[in-house]
Amino acid sequence: MSVNNKTNSVSPEHLAYLKKIKQKRTAIRITQVAVLILVLALWELAANMKWIDAFITSQPTRILNTLGKLAQTGELFKHVSVTLYETVIGFTLGTILGTIIAVILWWSDFIAKVADPYLVVLNSLPKVALGPIIIVWMGAGTVAIVTMALLVSVIVTVIAVLNGFLNVSPDKIKLLKTFGAAKKQILTKVVLPASIPTIISALKINVGMSWVGVIVGEFLVSKAGLGYLAVYGGQVFQLDLVMTSVVILLVAAALMYQGVAWLEKKYMKWRR
Amino acid sequence: MNHQDIVTLDNVSLNYHSLEGETPAIQNISFTVSKGEFIGIVGPSGCGKTTILSLIAGLMKPTSGRVLIEGKEVEGPSSKVGYMLQQDHLFEWRTIQQNVLLGLEIQGKISKESKQRAIELLETYGLGDFRNHYPQQLSGGMRQRVALIRTLAINPEVLLLDEPFSALDYQTRLALSDEVTNIIRKEKKTALLVTHDISEAISMSDRLLVLSKRPGTIKSEYVIKLTGQNRSPVELRKAPEFREYFNKIWKELDVHVS
Repeated sequence: MSVNNKTNSVSPEHLAYLKKIKQKRTAIRITQVAVLILVLALWELAANMKWIDAFITSQPTRILNTLGKLAQTGELFKHVSVTLYETVIGFTLGTILGTIIAVILWWSDFIAKVADPYLVVLNSLPKVALGPIIIVWMGAGTVAIVTMALLVSVIVTVIAVLNGFLNVSPDKIKLLKTFGAAKKQILTKVVLPASIPTIISALKINVGMSWVGVIVGEFLVSKAGLGYLAVYGGQVFQLDLVMTSVVILLVAAALMYQGVAWLEKKYMKWRR
Repeated sequence: MNHQDIVTLDNVSLNYHSLEGETPAIQNISFTVSKGEFIGIVGPSGCGKTTILSLIAGLMKPTSGRVLIEGKEVEGPSSKVGYMLQQDHLFEWRTIQQNVLLGLEIQGKISKESKQRAIELLETYGLGDFRNHYPQQLSGGMRQRVALIRTLAINPEVLLLDEPFSALDYQTRLALSDEVTNIIRKEKKTALLVTHDISEAISMSDRLLVLSKRPGTIKSEYVIKLTGQNRSPVELRKAPEFREYFNKIWKELDVHVS
């Protein structure tokens, strides 16, 4: 009935309403693109007119050139893949480890209460400060970088996921108990599935966190990767290179975030 | 002990403990429920109605006294007892059918037969077409019906209904109380209904226990006999005796509220 009503008799007012919404959406999109083009054009113009020193600020065409050169020599692919690899590993490990720790803390109220002050302190500690220690312990290489990414994301994950666990409705748990559920069943049948939205939003935060960890790690130790490229560019005073690696980073981080958003959509099909 | 007695509470008391101290929730409660009986429990809020259900469900142990089901002391949750909560608490990420199978899944009793039985229950009570829907696509009344079928799927002897309609609007509530009574009688189950709603309790129950305020004790007991064409609770509300019961119980509760 209601479906028929919706498709068969669309009133002119409703059409106008839909059109208005669509127009607004288009206007937002156009403005977004316009702002980007305007900034790029202004940048380019300012550099060409010598209002700013392109040696220090670089400019869009120079970035494009650098990008082209990097792509030709195959260096682009190398650096991107190294960084992406480290980020994905750090991100995955951080999420998995964080969730496992959250499960342990959920399971044992005693451990959770003991761990609480430590978690709070570790959470407020800038993990980047541990960089030198990690390098000494893990050696200057990929392992240290991945560890950095892991450290940056793991505590946040623990806190976010545990909060999700603890917010599961006590009545839902009571319901399972009336069926005689064991603690493990409560975990797998209700606590974990009910927390998937929380875990996914933790993933979204972790994408950003892992990039921070990896880039800082690369600043400190690496011989390849986008962080390395940026630092190297800075050292040889080639701002084109620095800007280019930032641009690539922007694109890569955005793509990864979209990936998680896609995952969210896929797993939350019941949320309609 | 009569073997027709399915639930027995024998001088049961329960105290809650908190840092502030000890609170007696219920005191010296004794009653028996015969097979197929529909018992209503009313009382002022906080009088321990839900506590009684939790004890029968095996979620708590009494401080003193005994809780028996079919003559055996309750040690913990068992499939003899089904519990229906205030809210439906259907799991949003499960389809209706998966929700209904939850209890069987937890008790490790998923088999072709039990699954078939659950699906038949859905079909009998008008939810067959919604098997593969998600809870969010159903109305509040339908969701609560699914919750009842989820409880029935484990084939319990006794159903505990903890204000199962209180989250619904008035019309849905009336219609559903009719339907639930119908289903419970048809499936020949024993039921205990806890509610704030005196009318609901009178219209649905065979026997009604009135509890005093905390610590809850049984204040009085009414055997409800209403004259009517059929046993539908909505129809029974029109019975001449209905007002009488209502006024008596209302007065009794009022004394303790004020």
